[in-house]
Amino acid sequence: MTASGWSAVPEPPPAATREAYGPALVKLADAGYDIVALDADLSASTGGNKLAASHPDRWFTVGAAEQNMISIAAGLASTGKTVYAASFAVFMPGHCFDQIRVQIAQQRMNVKLVASHGGISVGEDGASAQAIEDLALMTSLPGMNVVVPSDAVEADQAIRRAAEDDEPWYIRLGRPKLPIVHLLDPSVEPKHQRSFELGRAEVIHLEDDVTLIACGLMLEPTIRAADLLAQAGIGARVLNMATIKPLDEAEVIQAAEETGAIVCAEEHNVIGGLGSAVARTLARHCPVPMEQVGIEDRFGQSGTWTALLEEYGLTAESVVAAAKRAIARK
Amino acid sequence: MTTSASTAAETEALLEVCKRIRRHIVEMTHAAQSGHPGGSLSATEIFAALYFGGVARHDPADPQWDRRDRVILSKGHATPVVYATLAEAGYFSTDLIPTFRSLGTELQGHVVRNKPPGVEMSGGALGMGLSFAVGVALGHQLDGLAEDEGQIFVVVGDGELNEGQNWEAIMSASHFGLHRITAIVDRNHFQNDGPGDEIMRIDPVGDKWAAFGWGVQYVNGHDVEAVRDALLLARARTDAPQVMICETVKGRGVSFMAENPAGWHGKGPSDEQLSQALEEIDGGLT
Repeated sequence: MTASGWSAVPEPPPAATREAYGPALVKLADAGYDIVALDADLSASTGGNKLAASHPDRWFTVGAAEQNMISIAAGLASTGKTVYAASFAVFMPGHCFDQIRVQIAQQRMNVKLVASHGGISVGEDGASAQAIEDLALMTSLPGMNVVVPSDAVEADQAIRRAAEDDEPWYIRLGRPKLPIVHLLDPSVEPKHQRSFELGRAEVIHLEDDVTLIACGLMLEPTIRAADLLAQAGIGARVLNMATIKPLDEAEVIQAAEETGAIVCAEEHNVIGGLGSAVARTLARHCPVPMEQVGIEDRFGQSGTWTALLEEYGLTAESVVAAAKRAIARK
Repeated sequence: MTTSASTAAETEALLEVCKRIRRHIVEMTHAAQSGHPGGSLSATEIFAALYFGGVARHDPADPQWDRRDRVILSKGHATPVVYATLAEAGYFSTDLIPTFRSLGTELQGHVVRNKPPGVEMSGGALGMGLSFAVGVALGHQLDGLAEDEGQIFVVVGDGELNEGQNWEAIMSASHFGLHRITAIVDRNHFQNDGPGDEIMRIDPVGDKWAAFGWGVQYVNGHDVEAVRDALLLARARTDAPQVMICETVKGRGVSFMAENPAGWHGKGPSDEQLSQALEEIDGGLT
């Protein structure tokens, strides 16, 4: 058993967060939710094709036309539907930011944007296919909920939770198969099984020397970083900050007050994502030393996703080093 | 083309409402000393026919009526004609008109959904209205509305057709067989920077829509009865989405605007110009 206390449970096979989308839509439709899902010629990759197979009247593809898709989503929502729109994160919001801005955010439409293939972990397709700026775009829109699930279990919960309100959401999913962090096993400590809550951090370790705040694919290596720090006698608090907006400011402030040093880890440009949101909170309420692990303002490139994470420093070792730097600055 | 006989009284009433709409347009752009009078005056007969010609089924007392027809302004800067029409139709008091574009008003510079009630879609960023209409039409299909319920009329600028998203929407409306959609192109030949033929040629614009699978009508956009009849014909069609290319003049009804359309895309008249404009409007179209 590691310091985190949950690896003793038999591990489920790795799964990509994007794999949660199709089955979640089918569950919603089966449960009678008035949902409609749209795709833009990528339904096999987003998983929208699963809804197309099970509920063909509830799914439309618009072809490779993301701007059209977003405005159609707004029109559908104006008739009372809960609309899901899916594409890759480079195309949505990348190809249709103004449609999202005017027709989804300004009109406060009940549209859930579910973007697959976020970040550099897309891998071999290279820079044009790797969204490192989508969270900056989406968090800048008033009223937009922005969520980055850390594994397929949390992704499923977030996608289905989005159907419970009539607000616009952006949910960023990823391509690679990742370890399941949220083990749904009754023998596991309850704190590791909490359901996704919009705007609430999940506290994974409650230690006091430093706080590690992560989202998405960086949560699992951040938990490993806490284990490595524990071996060095450093107690690291770990927060899973799946919701970037609205940010759980209370939990961030409490962590800053109790641990005095913060590290943020994300698969996004260090400008405009989780780290920026946390830094804004710290600067206003409780300035403490803070370090970031993320993409240092450069574009991606081709490579296997694991090689890219190494190249861009998105590793447990980087989080450990950042934690030590932050603690040294206390 | 005339498909319905109208009485002299009905015709007279339509001509009078066009005058009132034009008066509101110049008065509100004068009050705000900004706004878009030219492209509002060119669309006056289109809006008068939609709301007062027995075309759009709507209820000012119940703006959210779920079987209503929807009138969508895609060329979202032409707010004066929308606010003038909605006020005349009873959606809000004409007393609000002088607040156009001022801080805190419901009468925003570009259309904002439900502000005031009756505005169906936020706009101002060009090219989005037809796509929105496709979404509405799909929703109405899913809800099982009767064929003649929930029609969607989208007013599009000719310069606006430069935006590529329109053609994505035009393609998808016919692909999905959305006969509830009628697009009305305000073909006033001028866009922000000047004559459309010089900025970006769109002709043969009707042929393009036809090639995308739409039914096409060509209409004199300042003959309010002809516009009404074409709208009623389009409304009744159930085989394909319909478009009306409405030949119009930017600034129509106010001579100094119509003679210098590029100069009157986006500004309000002076006190003296307002007086002249109102006098000409009261005289009717010549």
